[in-house]
Amino acid sequence: MKLIVRVWRQQNAQEKGRFETYEAQDISSDMSFLEMLDVLNEQLIAQGHEPIAFDHDCREGICGMCSLVINGRPHGPDKGVTACQLHMRRFKDGDTITIEPWRARAFPVVKDLVVDRSAFDRIIEAGGYVSVKTGSAPEANTVPVPKPAAEDAMDAAACIGCGACVAACPNASAMLFVAAKVAHLSDLPQGQVEHKARVQDMVQAMDHEGFGNCTNHYECMAACPKQIHVKFIARLNRDYLRATTHP
Amino acid sequence: MAGSGLMLLGFVVLHLLGNLTIFLGPETLNAYAEKLRHFGLLLWVARVILLAAVAVHIWAAVVLTIENRRARPQPYQQYVPAATNPAALTMGLTGILLLSYLVYHLLHFTWGVAHPQFFGAQDALGRRDVYAMVVRSFEIPWVALLYVVGMAVLCFHLSHGMASTCQTLGLSTERTRPLFERIGGMIAGLIFLGYSAIPVAVLFRMVRP
Ligand code: HEM
Ligand code: FES
Repeated sequence: MKLIVRVWRQQNAQEKGRFETYEAQDISSDMSFLEMLDVLNEQLIAQGHEPIAFDHDCREGICGMCSLVINGRPHGPDKGVTACQLHMRRFKDGDTITIEPWRARAFPVVKDLVVDRSAFDRIIEAGGYVSVKTGSAPEANTVPVPKPAAEDAMDAAACIGCGACVAACPNASAMLFVAAKVAHLSDLPQGQVEHKARVQDMVQAMDHEGFGNCTNHYECMAACPKQIHVKFIARLNRDYLRATTHP
Repeated sequence: MAGSGLMLLGFVVLHLLGNLTIFLGPETLNAYAEKLRHFGLLLWVARVILLAAVAVHIWAAVVLTIENRRARPQPYQQYVPAATNPAALTMGLTGILLLSYLVYHLLHFTWGVAHPQFFGAQDALGRRDVYAMVVRSFEIPWVALLYVVGMAVLCFHLSHGMASTCQTLGLSTERTRPLFERIGGMIAGLIFLGYSAIPVAVLFRMVRP
């Protein structure tokens, strides 16, 4: 098929940026969205243009690197998939596709569709860890974990840190990310020691990075490729209230 | 936002219950208004707390709005919401409309500036004739309509506000969040019906002077 691709081009963080429109030729419906961009880039190079910069790594929906707002939705129109797992059969010949980067003050554009998500790393540094004795692996059943807690922790730990929650939020809030990163530790016995400090430190780090505030639109959950539930946000709010009122 | 909102909701519910005494006739409403007045100092304490709640609520809303605008300096050219609802997206607008409603409402019934011809009447027992003031006012169709519109805005604001409060205070879970949303919507609807019943009843002569 042939597609019209409207894509955000921006040389660097300082430049203002603009939309450019290209025609992508010979796109097969079996291609993934990123393969379509690869083909388009080949065509751009052949025409003497600079290829479009975009983030990607695993291309199998597990690393969280791909970060495209496709036709107004982070990761595109499908529920529960990353952009790299979106396929071109979702589009029709002649369609116009608009591609923008994540837009948030805390995620400045590096180039074209690539944004700097190191704000997330700094939030994790603030408390997204547990202190354990390193050395040989302990016997698996030394610390018993109830089945429901283990399941819940796994649900939260499905977060791949892509930032679609921030991209989708009308306020560019990072609450779902922080909530998931707090919950997957606080669900487990190993996460209890630093729990109160973690909740406060990670929330403080989030505010410090310039993300917006959650006003409960739940766009984050709708956009999340791992469908992390907003119940974790309610729990973060509860834990935060408790940690600040009973230190 | 949640705390001050809850206090305002408490007032809205109590005020509604007080106002509904209008359906029990002039004697009950005027006696109720007179009783409130006799609380004296306590009434003023309640007023100051209420005013503080309004101030905190507005201050929090302004700070939130500024911070949230700043968090996305470059808007999307194409943005397709998938989960949120019109009430959640217009909280700022409905908030401003409610504040204008409140100012008009105070000018009307508390300060007697908006419709002074209905203000200051006394009943046979020498009490403020609140009943006559309300009924005479709502006999004017546009005044009654303005109140119904005001209540619709209030209902819209509360329909997001109540469930949102449960989430912000960490009360909701995966199971209860949809429940809170439904209950919040129902309470907002009841508040609308309760308040609107007064101007509508007067307009259709079901409550007479
Ligand atoms: C049909 C709807 C309503 C009617 C008929 C009504 C009626 C009244 C009346 C008669 C008074 C004066 C009472 C007196 O001076 O003795 C009053 C005061 C007041 N009303 Fe309403 N009201 C309505 C809706 C509302 C709503 C929705 C709000 C809040 C958003 C509100 C907020 C207030 C406030 C803050 C006062 C002043 C209380 C004070 O003096 O301390 N009213 N109302
Ligand atoms: S490239 Fe790894 S999740 Fe899309």
